[in-house]
Amino acid sequence: MRIDAKGMHFAALNGLIRDSADGEIVIDNVLGQRYIAAGAAGRHIVVRGVPGNALGAYMNGCRVDVYGSAQDAVGDTMNDGVIVVHGSCGDTAGYAMRGGRIFIEGDAGYRVGIHMKEYGSAVPCIVVGGRAGSYLGEYQAGGRIVVLGIGSEGRQCVGDFTSTGMHGGKIYVRGGCIPADLPRQTEVRAVTDKSELAPLVRDFCTCFGFDADALLADDYFMLVPSTAYIYKTLYVNRPD
Amino acid sequence: MNETYIMPDYEIVRNAERCVRCMACVRLCANGAHIFDEKRGVLTADDSKCVNCHYCVANCPTKAIKIVRSDHCFKPSANYTEDVIKDIYRQADTGGVLLSSMGTTKSYPVYWDKMLVNASQVTNPPIDPLREPMEIRTFLGKKPETVKYRADGRLEAETHPNLMLKTPIMFSAMSYGSISKNAHIALARAAEELGTFYNTGEGGLHEDLYQYGANTIVQVASGRFGVHPAYLNAGAAIEIKMGQGAKPGIGGHLPGSKIGEDVSRTRMIPKGTDAISPAPHHDIYSIEDLRQLVFGLKEATDYKKPVIVKIAAVHNIAAIASGIARSGADIIAIDGFRGGTGAAPTRIRDNVGIPIELALAAVDTRLRDEGIRGRVGLVAGGSVRSSADVVKAIALGADAVYIATPALLAMGCHLCRSCHGGKCNWGIATQSPELVARLDPDVARERLVNLVTAWSREIMEMMGGMGINSIEALRGNRLMLRGIGLTQKELDVLGIRHAGE
Ligand code: SF4
Ligand code: SF4
Repeated sequence: MRIDAKGMHFAALNGLIRDSADGEIVIDNVLGQRYIAAGAAGRHIVVRGVPGNALGAYMNGCRVDVYGSAQDAVGDTMNDGVIVVHGSCGDTAGYAMRGGRIFIEGDAGYRVGIHMKEYGSAVPCIVVGGRAGSYLGEYQAGGRIVVLGIGSEGRQCVGDFTSTGMHGGKIYVRGGCIPADLPRQTEVRAVTDKSELAPLVRDFCTCFGFDADALLADDYFMLVPSTAYIYKTLYVNRPD
Repeated sequence: MNETYIMPDYEIVRNAERCVRCMACVRLCANGAHIFDEKRGVLTADDSKCVNCHYCVANCPTKAIKIVRSDHCFKPSANYTEDVIKDIYRQADTGGVLLSSMGTTKSYPVYWDKMLVNASQVTNPPIDPLREPMEIRTFLGKKPETVKYRADGRLEAETHPNLMLKTPIMFSAMSYGSISKNAHIALARAAEELGTFYNTGEGGLHEDLYQYGANTIVQVASGRFGVHPAYLNAGAAIEIKMGQGAKPGIGGHLPGSKIGEDVSRTRMIPKGTDAISPAPHHDIYSIEDLRQLVFGLKEATDYKKPVIVKIAAVHNIAAIASGIARSGADIIAIDGFRGGTGAAPTRIRDNVGIPIELALAAVDTRLRDEGIRGRVGLVAGGSVRSSADVVKAIALGADAVYIATPALLAMGCHLCRSCHGGKCNWGIATQSPELVARLDPDVARERLVNLVTAWSREIMEMMGGMGINSIEALRGNRLMLRGIGLTQKELDVLGIRHAGE
């Protein structure tokens, strides 16, 4: 099915998608319509233009290709599926994501991957090709975030307050520019074993045509929560 | 001196004549307060471990135990009271933020107890609910704003998804994690039997409880624990938690001790680490952003479920509620500051927020003044303790109420206010399997059903007394209330007159 979204309200557009039996849906002239593919499963949706906030929110196993940049809340609380953005995206991409993958070719805004979850084989992953804004991975409880910083070589490619409140999962960052303001509960490690990282970088390169071998030859550091610090020490139980 | 000695609040008193040394108390107490000293062959107790939960008292076969308030004392002072002194010691010892559970213990005014209900006498006779029909069923949600006649003369109105409650009492949010699975099962089964709803709280939904979906409200909080399409679609309504009465401006805090295998799977977070859901949703900074979340949830569930926004009662509550009513939400739940919690910083619990009675009246008045009361259903919670409180809440403008502490009490809770320790002897606020097994979900279900059934009958009786036979006619009917011992300002905020007026 092919939809011309020009001037269309999001409720009408999303109603068309929901009611369609087609597995392949191409939407042209998208301009700010919110919630495309929200809660959807089992489709391949191609978005041409700039989708509005909450693209693929609660999504449950679609593939969405965006030819353009995306706005805020890409893949909010997404459960499964793949979102590929051929451009940059706004804030809070992958908020509380539970599974699936998000690939952003360019930069991503504030608070990418906050509250990301993980359990057993459900390990959500976000790969950002360019830079990521402040509060990356805040309260992260699981999953993998990769920031490649392509085009920002030699400069810090993650923002302030990265990994604040992180208590699970991993953040991989290419290059050696470790932020100076990392919180107490985060531990920085050099990446020596790239076996987990490599498939993510290769998938990213397949989407956007970068040289995976060259990217993987570089140095990476990794942020993980340190078990030494937990909130327990913050509180004292009062018996009343 | 390193740590300050803090004397225990309670003493365990064992009647030696009655005690048959069966050792049940030693075995049962999760806090280890009862001790058998094998060397000396004596049964003793460590008062400092007793939380005064009465589990041993209830289970001692010879009723040999009682717990008494210790009369050991500091020099009395109305200013530096024992509590104040002990809290200072605790913080000097540890440097920690004080953590408490259940509702505030401070003696703030309880406005429910300062309002009196009307009854009919000669001209508008009372109705006998035993003989005449009495409608307490209520529909919760957005009401049609316009009704049009079609060309063929038939009525046309836009309709919105509503919840149908057989009684205007629902069980408010208590997360799986903060309370046990057996407690959740009991709440779910009771809600099903009563034709009302229980609320998952922010911890997701255990797979065994999906079967009660038709009577479940699923909650979405800032941590988004356990939120996925199947969860959203499982419930009858979705509640966005913006705030909680016991801890306005503070998020959820589930201590690592309560995060075992099952809770870890349901929430998708690591075992044993503290689960923090911060106060803000980091994608909501305005009513417009809230609207985005409301509609995102509606899109994901095909506009079939009403969306509730739950907020804590705070100073500007009327303006906040007015904004929420315009956000597309179907129902606003207001939680007063005397409400309970599984864990909250003590100072917040005891000092932040306002009473539900004032907040509810202010919100209902504001929404009516702005002509948008019909856009939302209104639910009041945060210390609704009896059917009389329910009647007064509805007369102040609520469509229904949320109860939690009374539901816990019905299940056996003895209000020991130690939920944050995770060792609830009654099997409610714990995840320890031996303790959870003490709570029989069907016994607890029956007790919950008894409680709400009794309250519902009492509501009908009070309505009958007022000459009202439908809950709709009581809603916002403030003429049915009179204040007692209130200042003019308090009466004005409550929108009621003084007794005798
Ligand atoms: S449960 Fe009662 S009878 Fe048994 S040992 Fe304890 S105090 Fe004695
Ligand atoms: S739920 Fe348990 S721990 Fe909490 S107050 Fe009640 S009896 Fe005490």
